[in-house]
Amino acid sequence: MKSARDMLASKELKDLIRRKWMVSVILTVCLFVVYYGYILLIAVDKTFLARKIGAHTTLGIPLGVAVIVLSWVLTAVYVLWANGSHDEAVKSLKDQVR
Amino acid sequence: MRTSLGTPTASAILFFFLIVALTLAITYWAAKRTRSTREFYAAGRSVSALQNGLALAGDYMSAASFLGIAGLVALKGYDGMIYATGWLVGWPALMFLIAEPLRNLGKYTFADVVAFRLRQTPVRIASAIGGILTVLLYTIAQMVGAGNLIKLMFGIPYEAAEIIVGVVMLAYVLFGGMIATTWVQIVKAILLLCGATLLTLLVLARFGWSPGALYSAVSGQFGQEALEPGGLVDNPLDAVSLGLALMFGLLGLPHILMRFYTVPDARAARKSVLYATGLIGYFYIIIPIVGFGASVLVGREVVTGIDKGGNMAAPLLAEALGGTLFLGFIAAVAFATILAVVAGLTLAGASALSHDIFVSVVKHGQATEHEQVRVARLSTVVFGILAVLLGVLFKGQNVAFMVGLAFAVACSANFPALLMSIVWKRFTTAGAVGSILTGAFLSVFLIVISPTVWVEILGRETALFPLKNPAIVSMTAAFLVGILVSLFGRETEAETKFEDEKLRTYLGIGAE
Repeated sequence: MKSARDMLASKELKDLIRRKWMVSVILTVCLFVVYYGYILLIAVDKTFLARKIGAHTTLGIPLGVAVIVLSWVLTAVYVLWANGSHDEAVKSLKDQVR
Repeated sequence: MRTSLGTPTASAILFFFLIVALTLAITYWAAKRTRSTREFYAAGRSVSALQNGLALAGDYMSAASFLGIAGLVALKGYDGMIYATGWLVGWPALMFLIAEPLRNLGKYTFADVVAFRLRQTPVRIASAIGGILTVLLYTIAQMVGAGNLIKLMFGIPYEAAEIIVGVVMLAYVLFGGMIATTWVQIVKAILLLCGATLLTLLVLARFGWSPGALYSAVSGQFGQEALEPGGLVDNPLDAVSLGLALMFGLLGLPHILMRFYTVPDARAARKSVLYATGLIGYFYIIIPIVGFGASVLVGREVVTGIDKGGNMAAPLLAEALGGTLFLGFIAAVAFATILAVVAGLTLAGASALSHDIFVSVVKHGQATEHEQVRVARLSTVVFGILAVLLGVLFKGQNVAFMVGLAFAVACSANFPALLMSIVWKRFTTAGAVGSILTGAFLSVFLIVISPTVWVEILGRETALFPLKNPAIVSMTAAFLVGILVSLFGRETEAETKFEDEKLRTYLGIGAE
């Protein structure tokens, strides 16, 4: 058992906070690449998205859907991590505090 | 095509009364459970993750996204889809950057988080300015949209429509507080998702269940351009600026942030965001099919003949596919959508007035429970009346511009201070106040001198500020001011509290 003061100074808490922000920052960067990649692609090269992939369907349509699906997948990755191993680590630290 | 839109049909009135009766019954039930401030603002923190996910989706899927995006796709084609993606990407960002600290540090409003280790009075006042400004702009957009929509669908005068929305919505919030508002959002979200799904299935059924056949029909009638990106995104800088506003605006919308306090803990908050992102993402994936379906099955001329902006594309499609009965259902769903969103906004506005200003600033946190609930209800009435008056005052204004303004203010005034308060130890009271005020006033000022207002509304030759959306400048400025002002003066008390609160921020110890 630790006092609140000891816990604040502990390496475990510092590691937990650093890990949390590392996961957050990596996922945010992925999100930026996906979304701004799509937007800048439209701004810079419209003909790429206008390319046909079926009789009339353009590449832009599945790409737009892909941005939405990937955003959800990134959210799901975070929740799987946070509600899984991260929450276990949080709980074990929480139990150590008097 | 002849349409019964604009004349009050029996089916529309029936569905309308069914929805109002159901939601008022919920309010009656909720009113008996709404005694304390915790119940009034945060539904007693007893909302489950799935319920909150549905309610978040309900709060976010406004009439602008349902009718607006369907209309945009129907008239402009592919460009409407670009909006659909932009409206979604804020959700993962909300999750990664602020979800847990927001839940663990706050009590009822996002200002609780900004102010938790800074000097209460100045930060609360500044946060309330940013928060109320955002909520008011968003409310104006919703009320103006509501008035036009109800006038178009039911044929009642604009002003009467404003008053109907105001009265019903006030009944929810005033008597049922957050419990009723949450359940109204849930009912609305389910109705909206079912309505949109049904529309999509009926469209696809017409094209042998093949989206490709639908796109071929679109291309055949309107040319291949309808399926290609057009003029919406031309200037990369403007495109990125709009993207920033849509993404980070969500992280500064008080009525969305407030919902995080309705769930028991950070774990449930995360799950609720995952549900909301899934539901909203699904909605934005199917809405373009509704829009394309309307352009082919109803026709662009018919859509613009009823409403120039194309807002009636989805209801007209409903009538073409399912007759007046389905039109009545979709019209009633659109009405429920507006009621629910305005109710959520009113609760957020009232909480800023009563919890942030009255309790924290005027009473220095020393108000009795009874007094707090009374002031919360009084603020609700004030805010509700204000919403109706503003709706009447801004009649005929461009709704999309108002929503854009609300997002620009939200991402510039509220988000930078919120994020810096959570992650940066050296952030000071003066930095927070400077950042919020800079963001709020700079974003409004830049929009006034931007092409949207200076050229299109005021009719000047050229705009003084080249971008349609100011976020890239105003949000950056808000961060810079916050950082520079904080670096100029140290606030040791805030730094100590920042360290001490880490157990609460990251482990949830002592979270309410």
